[in-house]
Amino acid sequence: MSTANSLPFWWRSIGQRLTILLAGVAAVLAILSWWTVTSFAREAAEQTQDNVLVASATTIAEALHSEQGTILLELPYSAFAMLDAIGQDRVFYRVSAGGETLTGYDDLAEPVNPVGRPGAATVRTMDYRGDTVRAVTVQRTVLAGQQPVPVLVTVAQTRTGVQAIGAELSQTAAGLSVSLFIVAVGLGAFAAGNALQPLNSFAQAVSRRGPSDLRPLRRQVPAELSPLLIALNRLMERLGHSIRRSEEFIVEAAHRVRTPLATVRVQAELALHTVEKEEEKQMLRRIIRAVDESSRSASQLLDHATVSFRADTLAQDHVDLAELATRVSDGLAPTADMKDIAIILNCKGPADVRGDAILLESALRNVLDNSIKYSPAETAIDVTLDRMDDRYWRLTVRDHGRGFSAPCLPDLTARFQRGTNVDQVVGSGLGLTIAKEVLDAHGGRIELTTPDDGEGACVSLILPAA
Amino acid sequence: MRFPDLARSLIATTLLLCLGGPLAALELEDQKFYPGTGDVALKVISTGDLEVFEPFILQFQAENPAIGIDYYVTSSAVLHRAITEGAVFDVAISSAMDLQFQLANDGATQTYTSPVTQALPVWAQWRNQVFAFTAEPAVAVISRAAFAGMERPKTRQDLIALLRQNPEIFQDAIGTYDVRSSGLGYLFATQEARNSDTYWRLSELMGLRGTALYCCSAQMIDDVASGRLSMAYNVLGSYASGRIAHDDRLEILDLQDYATVMLRTVLIPATATQTASAGLFVDRLLQEGMREQSSIWVLPPLGAAETPEARAYGPIRLGPALLVYLDKLNRNAFLREWSDAMLQDAAEYP
Repeated sequence: MSTANSLPFWWRSIGQRLTILLAGVAAVLAILSWWTVTSFAREAAEQTQDNVLVASATTIAEALHSEQGTILLELPYSAFAMLDAIGQDRVFYRVSAGGETLTGYDDLAEPVNPVGRPGAATVRTMDYRGDTVRAVTVQRTVLAGQQPVPVLVTVAQTRTGVQAIGAELSQTAAGLSVSLFIVAVGLGAFAAGNALQPLNSFAQAVSRRGPSDLRPLRRQVPAELSPLLIALNRLMERLGHSIRRSEEFIVEAAHRVRTPLATVRVQAELALHTVEKEEEKQMLRRIIRAVDESSRSASQLLDHATVSFRADTLAQDHVDLAELATRVSDGLAPTADMKDIAIILNCKGPADVRGDAILLESALRNVLDNSIKYSPAETAIDVTLDRMDDRYWRLTVRDHGRGFSAPCLPDLTARFQRGTNVDQVVGSGLGLTIAKEVLDAHGGRIELTTPDDGEGACVSLILPAA
Repeated sequence: MRFPDLARSLIATTLLLCLGGPLAALELEDQKFYPGTGDVALKVISTGDLEVFEPFILQFQAENPAIGIDYYVTSSAVLHRAITEGAVFDVAISSAMDLQFQLANDGATQTYTSPVTQALPVWAQWRNQVFAFTAEPAVAVISRAAFAGMERPKTRQDLIALLRQNPEIFQDAIGTYDVRSSGLGYLFATQEARNSDTYWRLSELMGLRGTALYCCSAQMIDDVASGRLSMAYNVLGSYASGRIAHDDRLEILDLQDYATVMLRTVLIPATATQTASAGLFVDRLLQEGMREQSSIWVLPPLGAAETPEARAYGPIRLGPALLVYLDKLNRNAFLREWSDAMLQDAAEYP
């Protein structure tokens, strides 16, 4: 967790990483495509200008002829008309025969070694009259009398038009690249989201699980996730095994402790009837009480293990809460009688819920047992069943004992947790834990409250109606 | 061949004597200074007559009273030479668009951009250096008296037939530009020769009839009005319409086959010193040219280039092709051919 926090916020999620990386790739591609289009466009525009210049110079060269030893030329109109095809560019030309200018701009430089092949042209870029010009020179040999005379035709043009076309295309390409980039980033974000979707739904499936649900996950996952799924399932399996083993151990231990305790209790009872001295009787009674407490703790451990075990595969039987309450209070009546505590049942059935009768019985028994344990002699315990709302039944056990110590109400349902006001009362701290686990498994809840008159404790078992 | 009238020569000579200095070599036809209230004096060199441009200058000064204007009138060839040789002017207006184009091509002009120049049609400017503000067709002006009772020719073919059939009316009574001395005449002639082969047939016929050659449109129109000429061919339409408005002896021949349309252009020379004021002046000229109908001058608007006859070939294109007929070899060849046609000895023909 600390390593994740030390990363920049935009680098913490795989989705953001993917999006940023894809955007980076898109940016590189966009710049590359812009550069490619721009250089191609510029090259194409330059090539076009060269072609037009060559055509112009060739047209002029074609018009050369000689008459009676003099080289004549009438500049063809088209040779110049074609030159404004690209843009509004300055045009310069020069026609020279044997080094002597026939017409045109006589300061326009000619190539030192013009290409002499027919149809070939010398192309140069140079400065002329304050501008960069592209100059094309073609050579043609004209017969002046008997003498072949090489004639050079040079046509030059400034490059404003070519640059304008290049700049315009470059701008268009830039606009295109930017929109491509934006589209690519959008698609990248979508792709990242889409690619991570199985991972998210996998994580949700795991987090939706109840705290004790250790069944293996059965899902279709992408190949990359299946090692994680397998590892997770193995881990849960091992965890399940380990929990079951410890529950079995507890059950085993509880059994083994309970049986000798029962023997000890029977022997102690017998001894109580045979001893005469009041001191010895007191001693034996203390032994019997201690054995009872130990046996109760063992029972609770057993109950708890049963809850853990049965909650995994919860039965869905019809259970009548009224009948359940009657049965449990009947079962605990002897214990209550010992302290002259009256259990007042106020339960009118039928109150149907779905669940495991054994677990529910164990929950109520533990709650009621707690109440009896912490109630002073000659008090009453009310067990009330009522309909909380249209979805839930509520079974309330109210005693007149010492009540809960207010600050630790929520902690009391934790395992082996006991209130701060238990004094010398012996207990395991498992009773409420068992009740809570049972109710959780049934989709209900347990509520610990202090009654309005401030005396005693009130425990409500709330269960969904069938 | 006709000569410029005496009065103009006299003015020019006087100006030459008075001015001296760097302008000493300029052959001016006219010059006038319109003082402004500020220190700025815009030097404008133009081929446009003062009587045409004075109302515009006054209007411009009414809007920009601080700017004084020194207006020089000269021929297109002189204007071209002056700017090429580096004479200092702030604005150059010429009807010879080929020479104006050459000035820009050779780097003797400045670039100027404003919202007004950007509103111009693409064909009416070149590199933001040469701006067209009128589209003026070349027309044939006839004398109503000489054409009395005759059907007006509709095409150049008709005109050729008419010239053939009526030697008595046209003998020594046709006028046209002397293309050897008039830049505008040369532009009209070369463009028409390029567009249509009837030009050479017409020229030969005009040479056969004995054609008087002029330097300027105004004098040709004068001579048609006075009855010395029956027809003046390739006259600047803008001047002709101006005259016809108050002279019913004249008529413009409506030739529907095609029209050669010249663009009158303005530019700011590289030597200009008052570039800001020059920009204002150019903007105002272009605005006037882009109006449908100007109340200031008789020059036709740029929109005249969009008429059906003008559209047959469009206005003369402002582009490198204008350099073709300025080439000395081409010019010599054209003038040779033109002279052969126009200056033939009438006696050689029956």
